[in-house]
Amino acid sequence: MSDPAVVLITGTRKGIGRHLAEHYAGGGYRVVGCSRKPIDYQLDNYEHHCLDVTDEPAVARLFGAIRSAHGGLDALINNAGIASMNHALLTPLDTAGRVLKTNVLGTFLFCREAAKLMKKRGSGRIVNFSSVAVPLKLEGEAVYAASKAAVTTLTEILARELAPMNVTVNAVGPTPIKTDLIRSVPEEKLEAIVRRQAIARFGQLRDVVNVVDFFLRPESDFVTGQTIFLGGV
Amino acid sequence: MLTANDIIVLIFEAIDEFNAEQDESKRLKKSPATAIFGRGTVLDSLDVVNLIVTIEGKLADGHEIFLTLANEKAMSRKVSPFRTVESLAAYIEELLQEGSDE
Repeated sequence: MSDPAVVLITGTRKGIGRHLAEHYAGGGYRVVGCSRKPIDYQLDNYEHHCLDVTDEPAVARLFGAIRSAHGGLDALINNAGIASMNHALLTPLDTAGRVLKTNVLGTFLFCREAAKLMKKRGSGRIVNFSSVAVPLKLEGEAVYAASKAAVTTLTEILARELAPMNVTVNAVGPTPIKTDLIRSVPEEKLEAIVRRQAIARFGQLRDVVNVVDFFLRPESDFVTGQTIFLGGV
Repeated sequence: MLTANDIIVLIFEAIDEFNAEQDESKRLKKSPATAIFGRGTVLDSLDVVNLIVTIEGKLADGHEIFLTLANEKAMSRKVSPFRTVESLAAYIEELLQEGSDE
């Protein structure tokens, strides 16, 4: 990694993304973050860009700015994602399309462009976001879980395609964490999900950071194509 | 605005970088007729990816031009614009022209 290492984190306006931005900006990284809406905080070692992760020309401009300002990219954390918690029969097609577009195509687009910059550096780390909704096959999350299953498969295949460039691609699969993403899910449903975990508690932001830290470590250069699900799912 | 000749020179520079990492059997001639993709090429698909990404990087680093060469337009053509150095240079020139017309 370069010094300071440059990490791009998507979806940093709030929740896990913001926490990751604070963690890495405070930990010696140069952090580039993005979200659709402006942020209401400031951090040292942090710069923010407003864009939709599925807007290809805007994403190209973001990577161009990173290339110009930093000469390359060391790590990408593909945190941005949206959810739709609803019975499949009550899920509008437009909603399903938005979830798939953001979670799958957004992740793909950032992986593709990041890999080009990482190739220039000679190495890189990509961390994608799956979900325990995939292995738990959660009712009411058909489209969201399908999108995250796609992210897992994308991770596994990109790991192979990018290995010759010394770029590792892994994913973390968080359990429910009390963020805005699940604010509309009834408490009893969340409790039921937590009871299906080996370790029956809500996830915390530090649980996610710990796994991302592991994937980013220089010593993890032999770890790729893996999805680590939290909570013993 | 890059001229047709500038683009050929840029592709040749990318070929130099590419060749530096290759065995003798994979090295490309710096000629407009050199095959990159399809019939007559010595490159496999990963080599093509490497060369294309190197060219994109040279456009970005040297000229602040951010192009995605493997776009829908390129992929949907009956005859690939990536088949030779010359056809790729013409394709890049076309993309740059479109960009300047917008």
